[in-house]
Amino acid sequence: MADTKQNGTGQPAANGQNGYKVIGTRPVRPDGVDKVTGRAVYAADVQMTGLLHGFVLRSPHAHARIRSIDTSKAEALPGVRAVVTADDLPVAEDKIEDLGEGAINLKYLSDNVLAQEKALYHGHAVAGVAAVNPHIAREAAELIEVDYEVLPPVMTVDDALAEDAPILLDTLRTDKMGEIGTEPTNLASFFRHQRGDLDAGFAGAHLVVDRTFRTETVHQGYIEPHAATALHSADGQITIWTSTQGSFAVRGQVCEILKIPVSRLKVVPTEIGGGFGGKINVYVEPVAVVLSEKAGHEPVKIVMSRADVLAATGPTSGSNIRVKIGVDADGKISAALAELYYEAGAYPGSPVGAAANVSLAPYAIDNLQVDGYDIIVNRPRSAAYRAPGGTNVAFAVESVVDELAEKLGMDPAEFRVLNGAKENDRRPDGLQYARIGQIETVEAIRDSEHYQSPLEGKYRGRGIASGYWNNWGGQSSATAVLNPDGSVNLSEASTDIGGSRASIAMQLAEAMDIEYEQVKARVVDTDTVSYNDVTGGSRTTFATGLAAYNLGQQLKKEMKRRLADQWDVALGDVCYEDGVFSAGAESLPFIEAAGLVQRDEPLMASSTVHPQDFGPGFSTQCVDVEVDPETGKITILRYTIAQDVGKAIHPSYVEGQMQGGVAQGIGWAINEEYIYDEEGHLLNASLLDYRMPTALDLPMIETIMVEVPHPAHPYGVRGVGEVNIVPPAGAVANAVYQATGIRMDKLPISPARLLEAMWAKEAESAELVPGDD
Amino acid sequence: MATVWIPPLMRSLTDGQQIVEAEGESVRELVAALEKRFPGVADRIIDEGRIRPGWTVAVDGAVQNRGLRAAVGPDSEVHFVPAMTGGNSVQV
Amino acid sequence: MAKKIAVETTLNGEETVFLCEPRQTLLEALRDNLGLIGSKEGCGNGNCGACNVLLDGVLVNSCLVLAPEIEGRSVVTIEGIAEDGQLHPLQQKFLEHASLQCGICTPGFIVSSKALLDDNPSPSEHDVRLWLAGNLCRCTGYDKIVRAVLDVAEGDA
Ligand code: FES
Ligand code: FES
Repeated sequence: MADTKQNGTGQPAANGQNGYKVIGTRPVRPDGVDKVTGRAVYAADVQMTGLLHGFVLRSPHAHARIRSIDTSKAEALPGVRAVVTADDLPVAEDKIEDLGEGAINLKYLSDNVLAQEKALYHGHAVAGVAAVNPHIAREAAELIEVDYEVLPPVMTVDDALAEDAPILLDTLRTDKMGEIGTEPTNLASFFRHQRGDLDAGFAGAHLVVDRTFRTETVHQGYIEPHAATALHSADGQITIWTSTQGSFAVRGQVCEILKIPVSRLKVVPTEIGGGFGGKINVYVEPVAVVLSEKAGHEPVKIVMSRADVLAATGPTSGSNIRVKIGVDADGKISAALAELYYEAGAYPGSPVGAAANVSLAPYAIDNLQVDGYDIIVNRPRSAAYRAPGGTNVAFAVESVVDELAEKLGMDPAEFRVLNGAKENDRRPDGLQYARIGQIETVEAIRDSEHYQSPLEGKYRGRGIASGYWNNWGGQSSATAVLNPDGSVNLSEASTDIGGSRASIAMQLAEAMDIEYEQVKARVVDTDTVSYNDVTGGSRTTFATGLAAYNLGQQLKKEMKRRLADQWDVALGDVCYEDGVFSAGAESLPFIEAAGLVQRDEPLMASSTVHPQDFGPGFSTQCVDVEVDPETGKITILRYTIAQDVGKAIHPSYVEGQMQGGVAQGIGWAINEEYIYDEEGHLLNASLLDYRMPTALDLPMIETIMVEVPHPAHPYGVRGVGEVNIVPPAGAVANAVYQATGIRMDKLPISPARLLEAMWAKEAESAELVPGDD
Repeated sequence: MATVWIPPLMRSLTDGQQIVEAEGESVRELVAALEKRFPGVADRIIDEGRIRPGWTVAVDGAVQNRGLRAAVGPDSEVHFVPAMTGGNSVQV
Repeated sequence: MAKKIAVETTLNGEETVFLCEPRQTLLEALRDNLGLIGSKEGCGNGNCGACNVLLDGVLVNSCLVLAPEIEGRSVVTIEGIAEDGQLHPLQQKFLEHASLQCGICTPGFIVSSKALLDDNPSPSEHDVRLWLAGNLCRCTGYDKIVRAVLDVAEGDA
């Protein structure tokens, strides 16, 4: 199943041996039993005395001015305890604040939670109700009368940038790195990366491919809908139980929206049923708080419906992308240009900045330009989604790269090796890479049994693609308490979405040379440890793991100091090896030492980190597809991922990240998209019509973990969560080309789109060769 | 002297130069030195005493948490680039 | 407010009586009226399988069953899968294979897989994938889920 490659770095391969005792093993996660028995408490599972149920009324229009809202009938319905609108929120300033997960305009943040003057997308929240049960809350919401002035919707990049486009946000002006435009616009910002001499690079090229692409809006698709419970207590203290990737991010946003000091708000993260970037922004949390206050300080729970999740949360941007790449006669890239137009949704903030960094990152290029446009449209405010922006642009770039390799008569893997970025090359924004593993991932695919095996049959094809993700460091806090029986309670605040409690505990266990089972890791609330950034950016195992490593070092050091005191020897004489402390004739196993060192004074440690030298991740992937010529349906026959994982702490969860990211990428490639009618109504807000991959749609997904240890982490950890979603769309598109001879320039490559393209191609060849069927 | 990569959208202030050299032991000093030679640069990089929201500074390949206070060595390479965190790009 | 009715049923092997509104789904009654939170709501309209339970031994989406419909019938939920304090082999294998990431889909997959194995103790990989196509998992790509189910099937055979 998994093949772990050693990598010429002098570091051992991961198998739980070779120098590591815990790292590289596959223990059961601490929260596992609760999750297979149904005991684990997720956000919608929160119950408490006097609980009221909330419901959010949403705009039926994509773009409308709200003239007035009459809530009197709803308030009169028996069982209703409170109704709120944007008027119940403090007036938000048109001001930018850094809330830890990026700078945010506070007015936009607040307006997205409850629409102020305008509803900006179908599904935009306009009012909230709390009632004694969810049915009454919903009935009451239907009694709220909203007087809308319906405005023409702006649904795409082209609509938004048209000369006479309706303006979504009256005060918005284009920001070009601090140079602010003067006219109202839907173009929120523009930036450029540029180096070398583009014109000369293209002029001297032997071959240039220049193509444009379109990708549609997609959703993160976590199976747990957003849910939150808030209690605004009579003493002014507020508690929120919610499903979030970052309890501190929720605290920051809610405090800004409600203008309350952080001392008044505690956020308790429940178990989380998936996030993928979509559970960072707040939606129902502030609404639940104001409802709770208005309803006489009773707790209020709001659980979003699936339709609301699709209509009003997430998604990630649709995009228009142009990619132009030139190569010399040897196949070396001489110049590259990418133009990225990303739909941010109703408020600025698409992932176009990250996309620019992903765009040409796998390649060493001297003459380069990347332009990024952040554009608002009447769709939900976009949220992060696993390697935000990366899949869109990698689809475009990898399609062009594949076409270049084909025209050069080169093997696509060899093209990527020849042009592959390595240490000291530059990424698109100009920064120099430290040690990276891009070329190693290409070689791993090239040399894999999969790539080397023949693929036969009509309508079958094989494609490969590469991808990059920046990863992130971010801030983490953790504490560790040593128990007298030698166990350690580890408290951290990184939401555990895919087994990170285990991978963080493993690093503490490794650092202390104790068993994994001796460490009890738990995720705690915002009152218990210090600030902690979101679980996102592929940072948790890296940065919170680093904090755990530091805790282990601190505890060991202090144990040595206290043992030296107990034994009356010099500190330097105390050794710790194989779980045993010793000094001269004295020796004591860790478990006993844990008791001895705490006879006079308890022992705990805390660690805060903010590492800035996180290592980026690369992945190269290979897919075999078969296209049904009757229906246009793509079947995934075989899939192999090679990813530079730095060092796999818990290989099962690393494989799981790789497989899960690819499954999402395949869905994006072949099925998933938001479908709107001309008035901007979302037509497919259900899991039947928003078609995510099922078990039947996928084969086993083979994983090759390439380990190029990250030099700035004690165990060589790199983020592994996100880069895997970057290549699939490009890989699938390239395979479809091999299968059909058609280069698809739109995502998703849905059956209907592919079938139409196949018919068009047939018609074309029929014209070219009259009489030949 | 440190090497500073000038963002393309600011090159109108540096007569089109992509890369300039400047003296300074911190990013703040570097920006001050640039401002002397290329008036207007500081205003574009700094907002309310910190790096403009949505942007960040990288020294020798690493994005600097300390922003304007980050240390710069005599041979350092300095870039001003769009900020990226765990999630989306910045929402301004 | 709607009038409540009493429903008599066998729930995880125990005779149970509970009150519910006629419009409440079985899923809602399990979670809100009976405190059995293990069945999850991913969609509320039959498309994700997170709410899977066995009704007289047959796999159903409890979000599509009205609570009063279980009168006189037998329901097994995720809470009733482990027996005598021992994890069911499926639960054990899901843990060993790391078949869950976020875990929200896990109760549904375990109940659904149990229904499959009760009916077909030695399914092929395709059988497993076909049967589980009614359960959505967004985290795992299904690989490790399918392996766990196949592992249990082989172990039983
Ligand atoms: S909640 Fe019942 S099938 Fe999704
Ligand atoms: S483990 Fe998260 S949805 Fe399956």
